[in-house]
Amino acid sequence: MESDWLYIGLFLVVGLIIPIVPLILSRLVAPHKPNPIKQSTYECGLETVGESWVQFKAQYYIFALVFLVFDVETVFLFPWALALGQLPLFVVLEGVLFIGILVAGLVYAWRKGMLEWA
Amino acid sequence: MNLWNDPINFIAGWLRALLTGWGLSLDLAKIFIMLVGVGVLIVGSLVLAIFLVWVERKVVARFQDRVGPNRIGPYGLIQPFADIIKLIIKEDITPTTADKVIYNLAPVLALASVLFLWAVLPLASNIYGVDLNVAALYLVAAGALGTLAIIMGGWASNNKYALLGAFRMVATMISYEIPMVVVLLIPTLLAGTMSFRGIVESQAGAWYVLMAPLAMLIFLISAVAELGRAPFDLNEAESEIIAGFHIEYTGMKFGLFYAGELLHAFTFGGFVALLFFGGYQFFGLEKLGPLVAVTIFLAKAMFGYWVIMWIKYTMPRIRIDHLLAFNWKFLTPLALILLVVTALLHKLLAGLPLWGITLIMFLTNVLIAWVTVEILRAYGRKQRQAEEVLAPAGQH
Amino acid sequence: MTASQIVFLLSAALIIGSALMVVTTRKLVHAALWLVAALFGVAILYGLLEAGFLAVVQVVVYIGAIAILFIFAVMLTRKEMRDTGPQTRRSWPLAALLGLLVLAGLVFLVLDMPDVARTAVEIPAEVDTVGALGQALVSPEAYALPFEVASVLLLAALIGAVYIASGQKKE
Repeated sequence: MESDWLYIGLFLVVGLIIPIVPLILSRLVAPHKPNPIKQSTYECGLETVGESWVQFKAQYYIFALVFLVFDVETVFLFPWALALGQLPLFVVLEGVLFIGILVAGLVYAWRKGMLEWA
Repeated sequence: MNLWNDPINFIAGWLRALLTGWGLSLDLAKIFIMLVGVGVLIVGSLVLAIFLVWVERKVVARFQDRVGPNRIGPYGLIQPFADIIKLIIKEDITPTTADKVIYNLAPVLALASVLFLWAVLPLASNIYGVDLNVAALYLVAAGALGTLAIIMGGWASNNKYALLGAFRMVATMISYEIPMVVVLLIPTLLAGTMSFRGIVESQAGAWYVLMAPLAMLIFLISAVAELGRAPFDLNEAESEIIAGFHIEYTGMKFGLFYAGELLHAFTFGGFVALLFFGGYQFFGLEKLGPLVAVTIFLAKAMFGYWVIMWIKYTMPRIRIDHLLAFNWKFLTPLALILLVVTALLHKLLAGLPLWGITLIMFLTNVLIAWVTVEILRAYGRKQRQAEEVLAPAGQH
Repeated sequence: MTASQIVFLLSAALIIGSALMVVTTRKLVHAALWLVAALFGVAILYGLLEAGFLAVVQVVVYIGAIAILFIFAVMLTRKEMRDTGPQTRRSWPLAALLGLLVLAGLVFLVLDMPDVARTAVEIPAEVDTVGALGQALVSPEAYALPFEVASVLLLAALIGAVYIASGQKKE
C-alpha cells in the first residue's frame, strides 16, 4: 500500500519535470528577438479594445453548480458500487434512493429552465 | 521468474541485486528502481505521443482523401521528428500582458495531467505502473488537473479569444464528466473493484461491452467531449475564436498542448479498451507472455483512438446550447438510469451462470436503447409539429 | 527523520504557504490558484496517511469542482479582478492575537487527547478499505441515515442554486 502512494508521488514529480525538458531545450536553441508588436495580444490583427479579462455569462456558473452537486454524488456512489456484492438487496435500494433524490433535483432544475443556454 | 514471463520483476530483481551490491540500502535501491520504472513509463508514453503525431496526420489525410506525410523517411515516418525540431527552434513569444508564471505553468500541467494517467494503466497482468485500489477515481482526478491547466492557460494569456475558448472547454469538460463518472461506476460495480487490473481480470469470461454496450457508448461520447475533440471542439472553433485557449502559445509550449491532446486521445482509447473490451486479454492469447499482452492492449487502444479520430473527422461541430442540452437532458439521465438498472440486475441475477447474466443484461440494454430512441422520435415529431404551427408549409 | 516525515513537513509548508498567499495576493484568480495548491497539499497528506480514497476525492471534488466554481465566480462577480484597497485594518494585531489564542487552545486540547501520541494500526494490504467504507455507508446499523441525508443536503444545495439563479434570470 505504502509503496503504491510513493510510486504515485514519484510519478507526479517526474511527470511534472519531464515536460519542462523540451521547454529548456527550446530556450537554449530558439531565437529570441522580442518587439512590442510581436508581443502584443493576438486578435487577428486588430487592436485589443478594453480589458481582456472580460466578465462572463452567469450561465457558466449555474452549470458549474449543478456539476458540483452531481460530482459529490458520484463520489458517494463509488463505495456503494464496490460494496454492492456483499449487500442485501434492500440495502442496494438505498443507493437507488440516493440517486432518485438527486434526479429529482435535476428534474427541478430542468423544469425551472436552468439547463437552457439563454 | 524469468525475463519472458515476468520482465518487470526480473529486471527489478536484477537492479536491486546490482544496487545493493554497490552498497546502497534496500530502501534507497527500491526508490531508485521505482524512479527508473517511472522514467521509462513516462518517456515511453512520450515517444508514443511522437508516433501518434504521425498516426494522426496519416489517418486524417486518409479521411480527407489525401496521402498525408510521405516525403521524409518510409511512409513519412520521420516526419514527427522534423515537426519536433521545428517546434523546438521556433521563437517562444510571450505576450507582454500575459501573466508569466501561470502562462508558463499551464502547458506543463496540461501534458503532465495526461502523463499521470499512465501510472495506473495496466499494460499486461504484470506490467503496470501501480495497481491502485482507487484507480477509477484517480482517472477523474487527473482529468480535474487537466481542466485546471486549460483554465490557467486561457486566463493567463490575457486574450479574449483564449478566455472564451477556455471557458467553453471547461464548461464542456465539467458537464461531460458527470455521465463519464456515472458509467465508470458500471464496470466498477460489475467487477466489484476500482483497480483497473481487477476490472480487466474480471472480464476474463465476458467483456463488459456485452453486458453494458450503452455504457460503453456513453463513455466514448463523454471521452470525446472531455478531450475537446470534434464534434465537441468549441474550445478551438477556428472560425469563431481562432484557436481557443492556446491561441497565444507558440513553439514548444504549443507543442506540449498538442502532444498532450494526442496522448490524451490515445489514453482514452486505452481506457475504453480496458473498461469494456477486456484490456490486455484476447481469448487466452495474452497467456503467451506479457509482451504479447502489451501488444494486444496497445492494439485495442489504437483501435479506440482510431474510432475517436473517425468521429473527429466525420462530424460537424455542434453549438454550445446543443452541447450542454445533449449532456444534461440526455446523457446524464440515461447514464443514471443505466447505473440503477445495471446495479439491480447485477444483484438480482447473482446466482445465474455468466452467459445468462450477460444475455439478460445485453437484452436489457437493447430495450433501454429502443425506448430511448422511441422517446427521442416522439420528441422530434412534437418539435416539428410545433414548428409547422409557427410557420405553415409553403410560407417559408 | 524518516522520509515520510520530510514529505509531511514539505506538504505542510506548502499548505500553510499557499494559504497565506490566498489571503495576501491581490489578484483574485491568483488567490483561487493558491487555494488549489493548498488543497493539493491536503491531498498529499491523505496519500501519506494511505487514505487513497480521500486523496483522490480531495482532488476530484475540491480541485476539479470547487476550485473551478471559484474561478467561474471570480470571473462573474467583478470586472476589476484586482483588489486595490488596503489589505489590513487598524485592528489587525487584535485579530492576530485572537488567532494565536485559538491556535494555542487547539494545540492544548489536541495534546490533552489520550490517543494523540499513539501510532495508528497498519491496515494489512489485502483489506478492501473502500469496500468497507461502502458497506458502512449503506448498512442500517452504521451510516445509512447520514448517507441519505447527504443526498437531501445536495438536493437542497441544488434547489437553492436554481432558485437564486432563476431570480436573477427574470431581471
